[in-house]
Amino acid sequence: MTAIGKPLDRVDGLLKVTGQARYAGEFPEERLLHGSVVSSTVAKGRVLRIDASRALALPGVVAVIDHLNRPRIASYDDAFQDDDAADGSPFRPLYNDRVLYSGQPLALVIADNLELARHAGSLVEIEYATEAFETDLLAMQEQAYASPQTPPKPRGNFQAEWSGAAVSLDLHYSTPVEHHNPMEPHASTVLYQPDGTLHIHDKTQGPQNCQAYVQKVFGLDKSQVRIFAAFVGGAFGSGLRPQYQLPLAVMASLALKRSVRVTLTRQQMFTFGYRPRTLQRLQMGAAADGRLLALGHTAIGQTSRFEDFSEHVVEWSGMLYHCDNVQLTYNLVPLDVFTPLDMRAPGAALGVIGLECAMDELACALGIDPVQLRLINYAERNQNEDKPWSSKALRECYSEGAERFGWSQRNPEPRSMRDGRQLIGWGMAGGVWEAMQMKASAKARIDGQGKLTVSSATTDIGTGTYTVMTQIAAQASGVAVEDVVFVLGDSSLPTAPLQGGSFTVSSVGTAVQQACEALTGKLLAIARQTYPVFTQAESVRFEDGQLHTGDVSVSLAQLVKDSGEDALEVQVDSEPGKKREGYSTATHSAVFVEVQVDEDLGTIKVSRVVSAIAAGRVVNPKMARSQILGGVVWGIGMALHEETQTDHQLGRFMNHSLAEYHIPVNADIGEIDVVFVEEHDEIVNALGSKGVGEIGIVGVAAAVANAIYHATGKRVREFPITLDKVL
Amino acid sequence: MSATPNGAAAQPFVSHSIRLSLNGQDRQLDVLPWTTLLDLLREQLDLVGSKKGCDHGQCGACTVLRDGKRINACLTLAVMCDGAELTTIEGLADGDQLHPMQQAFIKHDAFQCGYCTPGQICSAVGLANEGRAHDTAQIQELMSGNLCRCGAYSNIRAAIEEVLEGKP
Repeated sequence: MTAIGKPLDRVDGLLKVTGQARYAGEFPEERLLHGSVVSSTVAKGRVLRIDASRALALPGVVAVIDHLNRPRIASYDDAFQDDDAADGSPFRPLYNDRVLYSGQPLALVIADNLELARHAGSLVEIEYATEAFETDLLAMQEQAYASPQTPPKPRGNFQAEWSGAAVSLDLHYSTPVEHHNPMEPHASTVLYQPDGTLHIHDKTQGPQNCQAYVQKVFGLDKSQVRIFAAFVGGAFGSGLRPQYQLPLAVMASLALKRSVRVTLTRQQMFTFGYRPRTLQRLQMGAAADGRLLALGHTAIGQTSRFEDFSEHVVEWSGMLYHCDNVQLTYNLVPLDVFTPLDMRAPGAALGVIGLECAMDELACALGIDPVQLRLINYAERNQNEDKPWSSKALRECYSEGAERFGWSQRNPEPRSMRDGRQLIGWGMAGGVWEAMQMKASAKARIDGQGKLTVSSATTDIGTGTYTVMTQIAAQASGVAVEDVVFVLGDSSLPTAPLQGGSFTVSSVGTAVQQACEALTGKLLAIARQTYPVFTQAESVRFEDGQLHTGDVSVSLAQLVKDSGEDALEVQVDSEPGKKREGYSTATHSAVFVEVQVDEDLGTIKVSRVVSAIAAGRVVNPKMARSQILGGVVWGIGMALHEETQTDHQLGRFMNHSLAEYHIPVNADIGEIDVVFVEEHDEIVNALGSKGVGEIGIVGVAAAVANAIYHATGKRVREFPITLDKVL
Repeated sequence: MSATPNGAAAQPFVSHSIRLSLNGQDRQLDVLPWTTLLDLLREQLDLVGSKKGCDHGQCGACTVLRDGKRINACLTLAVMCDGAELTTIEGLADGDQLHPMQQAFIKHDAFQCGYCTPGQICSAVGLANEGRAHDTAQIQELMSGNLCRCGAYSNIRAAIEEVLEGKP
């Protein structure tokens, strides 16, 4: 019996389909107080006066907290710096009278119930001294400076090779601000304990990150703060940093010595981190036979005035293809906005749009098939790091994806395919994402009934952590899946990294595997002490909740009893394997897309997608497929729908609702075929598994754009590609 | 009576008594005139399965069944439900026996984070009651009031199709 590789249903599925799964803002308590955040209506300036008298006059309004009456908080930056902090000086909620961006929290109204808190919040009057502000990246791009996170150094002689190439292209692309918009709004419920400690249910991708933040910001002991996140209603990066509802709820709880919940409104979900707008320039030079001679990628991203948010936008252009003359540049422009934040495949989802659209344009300029052009320039090593790949089945992604899609039937001529009024276009793109591994710890405990409990302070933001960790534990211990419980979402559990970057299976999964293996070592030692047959046994195996040698078996439950203990327990700390050091590790993809563009109306429908993925060993094909489906949907959103629009006269986002910030709906999503190609990897980690949370989105938007070009003959380089741009 | 312009309460707010059937149980409840059905469920009755994703009728996470028809609980005042028969996600299963739609959602992995899921399932049950969806395109169109940020749409479709076709 092998648990890994099985399409097990989600172990938390029953709780989710019956409404029993509780999320951060859903923990009731007698006399729970409710907070409502009052947000700045101006983009920059100072608060002159906050008049809360009308709010406080309402019966049931308990307090209004602002920068003048808040509890004491830390006064140095390091207290506010969390595990995903950008370089700079982190935002401090209700710290002083300065307004740094529109939508900034300026006061928290606390009342007996939610409706009263909301109403009272609307009665708080704030007087400002406004100052001039700037929110337009396009207008300010001349002020760009080099990001503190510098891309790889230039190699070869880009300029000379580019200008001397048989074909040279110079292309500009832009991508808009996008917001994560998980379905669950950010919320924190602070349950004030009789001993004054805080139990906090928070929407986060890192319970220990939030624990450390609260502890440092409020000068508390670690033992005074415990963070829970058993269920997280999506995050996609929005939970990587503690969001402001957490410190606000803690302020209220400490000030009033009461339990307090603060849930953001959907509108307030647009008042913290987001995917930054970028301006990108791709310069490609190629020989007539398709060989890339020069590749230049410059990206300008927006950031805030107080932090330099950096992500890997241009690195991918130095690693996805073989090219000896490469120049990568990444600059930032500070604006009067909040700091951007990692959002699903941060950097890659943006940079690969530029790279893969430009590759398509190059293929057209050369008259070479887009897949063929990629094969001609296939990278056998990661030239950014000058290392070989631990594994790379991208060729198989191209070939299996193309086969499933029927790519060989494609007529390369734009506007050559149609179905009535619908212009049909076929486009493709490649994708890449790092396969990282972090330090992580896990505890494994088996009791006298043979039930195995494994725990680590990670989260399950919908990715399937509960399920895949259960499978890894079952496989490593020989305990049946039904007898394994995986516990997460509690800062008091063994250390886990943030859940992000597609490294949870790699990091926490490895720790779980090692903890279970260590536990079997303990069990075997007991068997050797207790049963002569095991003392001499050369080969043993753990399977079906039993230890076997030859024809002899003993149950693990019996071994626990034999030990004289109630349960046996092991905790391990795992680290990335030494083998990784000599290699580059990455997931890859090839995405094939069919679009239908209405010739008269310009409406665009993605009717068909094939996503071929190379991500090592797949722990649970059902869950992994869902991750890729989600990534593809996100990529379609990036290509066609998503854009947070700013009114630069007011310095604020205009479409801050789910009616006006468009994400794909059911009718927008056609057929999606996910293929996991075989990829064997003994270097990336002992599981051979690379993680699939990000790779599904990378390349999709470019493939859609390339398909739209093929359908219409029109290159749209400004994302999203809305109908007005194709008409 | 709402608050006076200076913010002070002019007089005690008058609550209204309503009777309804909630997940098969007769309930008599006192509700304030501005309380939405969603806040009644979540804040007063601790039925948090109905989710608040936007509070504006834009996301569908709060979808419940009133007299078998799917509605957005966030756009429905509780006082409007006097005499209604309401079913929320907590009332769909028959004891330990899941509703076929719940079973199909698990089988097809029609959710990830689970936050839109109660609304999706209630909406899908409402859709089945309407009898209007006869093919995939109609299911897609008629389920487009329920957003899923995790992007489980194709699995949601597969789950609904299986139930509508009566396949196991």
